[in-house]
Amino acid sequence: MTGVPMVLAEKVSKNFGSNRVLRGISLEVDPGEVLCIVGPSGSGKSTFLRCINHLEVVDGGRLSVDGQLVGYRQKGEKLYELKLKEAAFQRQEIGMVFQRFNLFPHLTAVENIILAPMRVKKISKAAATARAMELLERVGLGDKGDAYPAHLSGGQQQRVAIARALAMDPKLMLFDEPTSALDPELVGEVLDVMKGLAKSGMTMIVVTHEMGFAREVADTLVFMDDGVVVEAGAPRQILNDPQHDRTKAFLSKVL
Amino acid sequence: MSEPESDRMIESEPDRKLRDRSGQGTDNSPAEAIVAIPLRHPWRIVIAVVLLLGLAVFVLDAAQRPDYGWPDVGKYIFDRRISQAAWVTLWLTIYSMIGAIVIGLLLAIMRLSPNPVLKSVAWLYIWIFRGTPVYVQLVFWGIVALIYPVFTLGIPFTTPWVTVPNEIFTNLFITAVIGLALNEAAYMSEIVRAGLLSVDEGQAEASTALAMSWGQTMRYVVVPQAMKIIIPPTGNEVISMLKTTSLVAAIPLSIDLYGVSRGISAVTFTPVPLLIVASLWYLLFTSVLMVGQHFIEKRFSRGTGRAKTDKAPIAPEPAPTAGPGAPGTPLGTDFGGKG
Repeated sequence: MTGVPMVLAEKVSKNFGSNRVLRGISLEVDPGEVLCIVGPSGSGKSTFLRCINHLEVVDGGRLSVDGQLVGYRQKGEKLYELKLKEAAFQRQEIGMVFQRFNLFPHLTAVENIILAPMRVKKISKAAATARAMELLERVGLGDKGDAYPAHLSGGQQQRVAIARALAMDPKLMLFDEPTSALDPELVGEVLDVMKGLAKSGMTMIVVTHEMGFAREVADTLVFMDDGVVVEAGAPRQILNDPQHDRTKAFLSKVL
Repeated sequence: MSEPESDRMIESEPDRKLRDRSGQGTDNSPAEAIVAIPLRHPWRIVIAVVLLLGLAVFVLDAAQRPDYGWPDVGKYIFDRRISQAAWVTLWLTIYSMIGAIVIGLLLAIMRLSPNPVLKSVAWLYIWIFRGTPVYVQLVFWGIVALIYPVFTLGIPFTTPWVTVPNEIFTNLFITAVIGLALNEAAYMSEIVRAGLLSVDEGQAEASTALAMSWGQTMRYVVVPQAMKIIIPPTGNEVISMLKTTSLVAAIPLSIDLYGVSRGISAVTFTPVPLLIVASLWYLLFTSVLMVGQHFIEKRFSRGTGRAKTDKAPIAPEPAPTAGPGAPGTPLGTDFGGKG
């Protein structure tokens, strides 16, 4: 199955009322690639990420994950909206990590991780728990399985959230500003987990403000502004020698 | 460290000690504990004494008034007919609340569902059942068997295929439970809805992103978290329902606590002592329910928040002040009081 991009966006657009948030995004992410998206707030980065997971419905263009159209089925010339169940089935293969963690506060770390595998994939509790412990070990929280989110630091919560997403065995991971809500001294531990994940060959799309991370880990860096991709390329090249004025202006503020 | 030279400062022994210490500059010896005369509240005592005297006068007077019929109160308080009626009232409350919670939960989920048909149905239901007095509704359910003597199944305005006599509404106890539950469901749905809305949107989003369906998201993620908000006003509704059951006289059902008390007094011509007897039983039940509510609230505030780490008890959600017919509204949603 080589040659099929993991994510293929062709002129994707999205409006909220009269507000055009995405105005024709075209990009390609290959399997195993790490793509970082940077840009000023309100540029549509998060919306684009949410479209990939069908949390937002795309208004125009084509968006497909692993060769499958997101949210629609094509029959001849016509597009049919997917049933909620079918959309949920597509999401199984896409993990998502949120800025505000969004762990379930009434469940322990392990319970957070095993909920979806048990309810969606119908995996037995024992098997799901064993896998959860393995994943917690992997994110460096092997001893925190029984802790409630309220008793974990922000960095620990975000690592549990990553483990929770990984428990569904996704082939694509989306990160929506995963370190923006963290105290500065907790950012590193989350980025380390993400680096490890990138090394293991996971396809990742990361919306971030961490330029250091982007420079080190990303295969491709995309600069978005005002709903369009302004510039895309190798991170070193874009960060060191931006071609576009808007990219220059943005980078001069954040670097 | 500056010593305020305000003229409001009252010079006292401890004050002077404090100042003397501060004059010595920095030193690492522990600060001396403040010994001050606490603020006095003389008027509180005066008002309390006046109120207690007033209460004593009322009690002494009431004890002597023949109309209260204290011997009769003693005679009927543990009368078998009364305790059986109290039992009926208790079961009316329990069945009605169970029905109301189930229907209320359904209505709340319907109102929040993306389906406009379900939304409208729930809205219409709440509009009608919250917009008319429960007493009127009970009278209606009492005569519904006369309006609809039979249930039929078939094509409208042709000869029906199946005809079943309306037997449900000839049982007055069941009629009462239906009437009370249908009315209460409208209020419960608003309480449940407020609870569901109080759960952060990110929770449902995270659940959806994990490929869980809308139903699974509700069941495993949203509803468990909403319980903390739903429980306190629901306890309030149970207490309210216990008293509302006295309105089943409108059906007319007369085997409940109030009905039996009135029945006995109609024969003995001693209304006041029997009203006191009924009130004491209602008070007993509501007191027990208040204690139960306290423990349930404590239980449902765990897991989230700080309640688990800190030893000190944390005040639970804004506790609804128990006013008759005024459901607690921690979220400020407008629930009307009940007629």
